[in-house]
Amino acid sequence: MAAKSLTKFERPSRGTLREWTAGYLFASPFIIGFLVFTAFPMVYSIWLAFHRWDLITPPRFIGFDNFIRMFKDPLANLSLYNSGYYTLFAVPIQLVISFVLALALTQNIKFRDLYRAGFYLPIIVPLVASAVVWQRVFHPEFGILNEILGWFGIQPLSWLFKPELAKPAFILMSFWMIGRQMVIFIAGLGNIPETLYEAASLDGAGALTRLFKITIPMMTPLIFYNMIIAIVNSFQTFIPALIMTDGGPENATLFAVLNIYRQGFNYFNMGYASALAWELFVIIVGFTIAQFYISQRWVFYED
Amino acid sequence: MATRSPAISSVRSVTRQPLISPVWSRRIGLILLQILMTVILISFLVPTLWMISSSLKVSREVFAHPIVWIPESPQWRNYLKIFEVLPFGKFAWNTVVVTGLAVLGTVVSSLTVGYAFSRLRWPGRRFFFALMIATMMLPEVITLIPRFLVFRWLGWIDTFLPLIVPYWAGASALYIFLVHQFFRGLPMELEEAALIDGANRVQILTQILIPLSKPVIATVAVFALIQHYNSFLEPLIYLNGMDKWTLALGIRAINDSNVQNWELVFAAGTLMLAPVLALFIVAQRYFVQGIAMTGFGGR
Repeated sequence: MAAKSLTKFERPSRGTLREWTAGYLFASPFIIGFLVFTAFPMVYSIWLAFHRWDLITPPRFIGFDNFIRMFKDPLANLSLYNSGYYTLFAVPIQLVISFVLALALTQNIKFRDLYRAGFYLPIIVPLVASAVVWQRVFHPEFGILNEILGWFGIQPLSWLFKPELAKPAFILMSFWMIGRQMVIFIAGLGNIPETLYEAASLDGAGALTRLFKITIPMMTPLIFYNMIIAIVNSFQTFIPALIMTDGGPENATLFAVLNIYRQGFNYFNMGYASALAWELFVIIVGFTIAQFYISQRWVFYED
Repeated sequence: MATRSPAISSVRSVTRQPLISPVWSRRIGLILLQILMTVILISFLVPTLWMISSSLKVSREVFAHPIVWIPESPQWRNYLKIFEVLPFGKFAWNTVVVTGLAVLGTVVSSLTVGYAFSRLRWPGRRFFFALMIATMMLPEVITLIPRFLVFRWLGWIDTFLPLIVPYWAGASALYIFLVHQFFRGLPMELEEAALIDGANRVQILTQILIPLSKPVIATVAVFALIQHYNSFLEPLIYLNGMDKWTLALGIRAINDSNVQNWELVFAAGTLMLAPVLALFIVAQRYFVQGIAMTGFGGR
């Protein structure tokens, strides 16, 4: 093959050339959009991270100052801790809840479509509307959560007003928005061949054995997929906090992107905000790559 | 212990002839599961139902103990009041314009780019396709600041352009991927025959492929519609003047300015939810299809 292509370079025919042109033309929205709105901004962001720029005076090169400042900045470190805490607790529980709901919805019960629609509904509620509602769900005096907890004799808690309860409150709220993961799991459960279960039943495997020996191993690729997406999203969560607590109380819900947003759009530290964004970017991408390596030990792919 | 041993032995003795037949124990299990799922369903719906119900309350009922679930006389006036507090009519119109143009751009660019990736051969196709997949995984935070500066340099701040133009330029890799997957499933003979008949590529796309692709177009349109209608961060960053605001910004504003009037905030939230809820009910199968096909969707 190599020898052939070395000795004889075939001029593409007219039809081929026309197909090439058509390919580039039809793909051009993506190619141009990628260059202008993704590739260039990323390169620009590296440049920004080495400059100080308040949008008023011209940008000034300051070397690694933004990065040095970033590692010393207690708020920046706290914001990473907050996002890490949120991700660490929210993601595993979200996966368990959505998986269990998906399992339940593949059993032979009535109104499955209704349940599925109901569990998915929170995803389509505008995030800003969800935030203002949940802000009030958590209200210590008039909120619906304390009212319901009161039925079980639990004293009212001041969720969003106590630093030690604010992050758990956001984690609790995130369990409300697991519809997408659940639907993915339902689709995956439907693709497990029935013959596997039949064979296992003939061998006398009980329901639990079938769950742990067939269902869960067959679902590991989707569990992994949902986990990666959930981690990437959780590390970047901040809009509910922006609306509901504005990062408070005592910065307990100052999540990483909220800190970057403030540095950029409230304090106009464009360079510093870019450096912070790169720090978070490296953390997220690093986490993702690490997960891919770890996944080789537990994710089971057919063939 | 001694008192319990007969009980245990009696349980053992019935294993051959169980008190409850397996069929019945399975049936009882399913009934319990049904009850449990109903309880969970209600807990998932409660925040939304509470918002809708409270949007029709008088202030006294909003802050009543125990909670008033159904307002005594529905206060439809609350919905009129929010239009007096803030120009929600203007916000709604802006939302329609931005969402409409962004969705249109998403659909058009997903179709053309998806066509190029799935049915045309050109050098670099695999490279750009891999690049597109990579942008789906890219943490968005990295472009937050520099993209703003690009739009600022273009003079697009406080216009709708940053909310629309990127979506005409294939910013939604996910939807391109979806169209690509769908087009790949259609037989190549379709366009070979058309090419021999002298049709050009635009004609093949618009007259042969698109008419066959209504389900995937509907899925893309429904997801993109929800995404842009619900979008909060982009309007927040790019739209300053209130005459440019979308509904999402209006809700934040009414939330900040009406600390005492929960019923107005809830009315605004319900008002914004109503169209997407209607769409969800009508087009539910496209949601489910879309998520099953791509694993993403919504927001």
